[in-house]
Amino acid sequence: MIRRTLAVAVKELLQLKRDWRSTATLLGMPLVLLLIYGFALSFDVQHIRLAVIDHDGTQAARDVAQAFLESGYFDLIHRGHDQRVLDGLFDSGRAQAAIVIPDRYGADLEAGRAISVQFVLDGSDSQTATTILSYARQIVGSLSPVVRTPGGLAPIAPRPLVWYNPDLSSSRFLVPGLVAFILMITSVIATSLAVVREKEHGTMESLRATPLLAIELLLGKTLPYLLVASLSAAGSLLLAWALFGVPLHGSPLWLALVTLLFLFGGLGWGVLISTLSDTQQVAFQLGLLSTMLPTLLLSGFIFPISSMPKAVQLVTHIVPARYYLVALREIILKGAGPAVWWSQIVGLAVFAVAVLTLATVRTIRSL
Amino acid sequence: MDRERAAGLGGGTMSDIIVGARELTRTFGAFTAVDRVSFEVRRGEVFGFLGSNGAGKTTTIRILCGLLAPTSGSASVAGFDVASQADQIKRRVGYMSQKFSLYGDLTVEENLRFWGGAYGLFGDRIEERARWAVATAGLEEQRDELVRDLPGGYRQRLALGTALLHEPPVVFLDEPTGGVDPAARRRFWDLIDELAAGGTTVFVTTHYMDEAERCHRVALMHAGRLIGLDSIPALKRTFPADSVVEISCPRCAQALVTLEALPGVSEVALFGDTLHAVLEQPGGLEALRAELAGRGFEPVRVRAIVPSLEDVFIRAITEAEAGEQAALTGAAAPAGGGA
Repeated sequence: MIRRTLAVAVKELLQLKRDWRSTATLLGMPLVLLLIYGFALSFDVQHIRLAVIDHDGTQAARDVAQAFLESGYFDLIHRGHDQRVLDGLFDSGRAQAAIVIPDRYGADLEAGRAISVQFVLDGSDSQTATTILSYARQIVGSLSPVVRTPGGLAPIAPRPLVWYNPDLSSSRFLVPGLVAFILMITSVIATSLAVVREKEHGTMESLRATPLLAIELLLGKTLPYLLVASLSAAGSLLLAWALFGVPLHGSPLWLALVTLLFLFGGLGWGVLISTLSDTQQVAFQLGLLSTMLPTLLLSGFIFPISSMPKAVQLVTHIVPARYYLVALREIILKGAGPAVWWSQIVGLAVFAVAVLTLATVRTIRSL
Repeated sequence: MDRERAAGLGGGTMSDIIVGARELTRTFGAFTAVDRVSFEVRRGEVFGFLGSNGAGKTTTIRILCGLLAPTSGSASVAGFDVASQADQIKRRVGYMSQKFSLYGDLTVEENLRFWGGAYGLFGDRIEERARWAVATAGLEEQRDELVRDLPGGYRQRLALGTALLHEPPVVFLDEPTGGVDPAARRRFWDLIDELAAGGTTVFVTTHYMDEAERCHRVALMHAGRLIGLDSIPALKRTFPADSVVEISCPRCAQALVTLEALPGVSEVALFGDTLHAVLEQPGGLEALRAELAGRGFEPVRVRAIVPSLEDVFIRAITEAEAGEQAALTGAAAPAGGGA
């Protein structure tokens, strides 16, 4: 059994080597995709065009404006005393946000009275507006220790403490998801052509006439691709760390194990598609269709699963990236051990075994 | 080698019958690809399966190789039942499918190693068998060349060598010489003769008559039915002596129409610039010559010939179809006697 599986694996490796262009594409594509989408895909908002209307003019008022600018998210495009220019600035789109500091700000602060600073936002892009608002809250909150009142009675302000991702950088959240997304697509595409190619070339008929078992054939075909996919997975995670500052707090060994299991499932899914298709073209399209949108929408990559309707939540259980993403984020961002994410391992293993079993049954049936 | 052959017999020592089919039938939906076919193949025989495309040759071979289950009837290969012991059969038969069964992007050597591995060969044994296959196919010079760069005839011989790596006692060749030039075809058939001389049973399908002539026995397939099975001389003897004639005369095409209308003449066919006709009564050569001369086809020459395999095949088909017609009209009465 092992010998025959190995014979198939060696043959596949030779073919991968001979067709080195495709193999290089298979290896390099995840990295290229990660480079392109990693930079494009970010919820972080930067270079927010800020106008400051300062009616007060005291040092305390200037501190407020300074705090915004020093945060790194805001660019100052206007500073003045006249509130009437704001209409023009927002209408023309020159300003996305504005702070209006009242004329008694310095004095009230001194006296320990309640102060309010007005924050004006362009809400036409609600996603961006929400993000900007949360930055503003954070900045204003951070001002509180500075504005201690001499009267001894400090105003109560929330002091948020964000764990695992202190500056709430969205790339730390999104890039691992992107890695899972890209690996899923490339691993499925890789093997989706593997079996159907034999059918198209006519070699499948001869393979069936040998004592080779379906499972030997499928495993033998999957293993070389597991090697290729592991290499590109390692490359992607390395790139995520080097370029997007995605850390690795947990054990590299656990990370490797979970990743291998995830890739195995993806490759198995590709093999299943391959046994179901009659032409490489159909296999390719099925591969793309069955991974792209489900992984994007149903894995928790961008939209949290917990806020989906119950029925949709059920569907997400057959999306392997769903399990991998949780485990991946737990391991690299939190450094959590298997006690936390063992159920994800179970999910991935069940998926991998299920698809390979189906593919085997399907290959035997088509005799 | 002998040990392997002995192992091939293991399932049951049915004298020297290595392939046997009884009332073998396979349907695909409403279509009957193989219709109640029975035959036996002896060890060491070159057994030809002759028929046009769609006659059921490939379907029969696929059943015998354990790739397709029969709908009804039974067959055994090397002592094992095709329906229930396909795994055992696969270890004991070689199969060269009509489709290209090698990897073009691998070298000769790599192909042999892979297929050997698929058959479970390893170590010294695969070395030895690969060397044998290379020598048999005459590919010593091409061992490290990619298969896609080889000429068709070389590939065919390599495919045969591949199908024989595990030393099967019986090998099935499905139209092995399709698309190969005549010289390469002859060389391939020399190989088949060698194999048979060495005791390997060769089961081969073809629609080339000249190839069929090289088989020890030939089975004629038509529309899923076996319509004839015997050695070539025996098949040809189904015609009475002097009943097949060759006619040379001017205006052959017109003569053909005339001949078809004549009583006592059946199955007229054009063969190059001559006509072949089958006489219902042997010995009517002189009368036929006079008849044609009288109708202006001068000069005319009529001589008795040994029927070609094609004559035999055409006659068998005509008879089978006539029989079917009779069975159909007969079936209008109570139950069909065709079973």
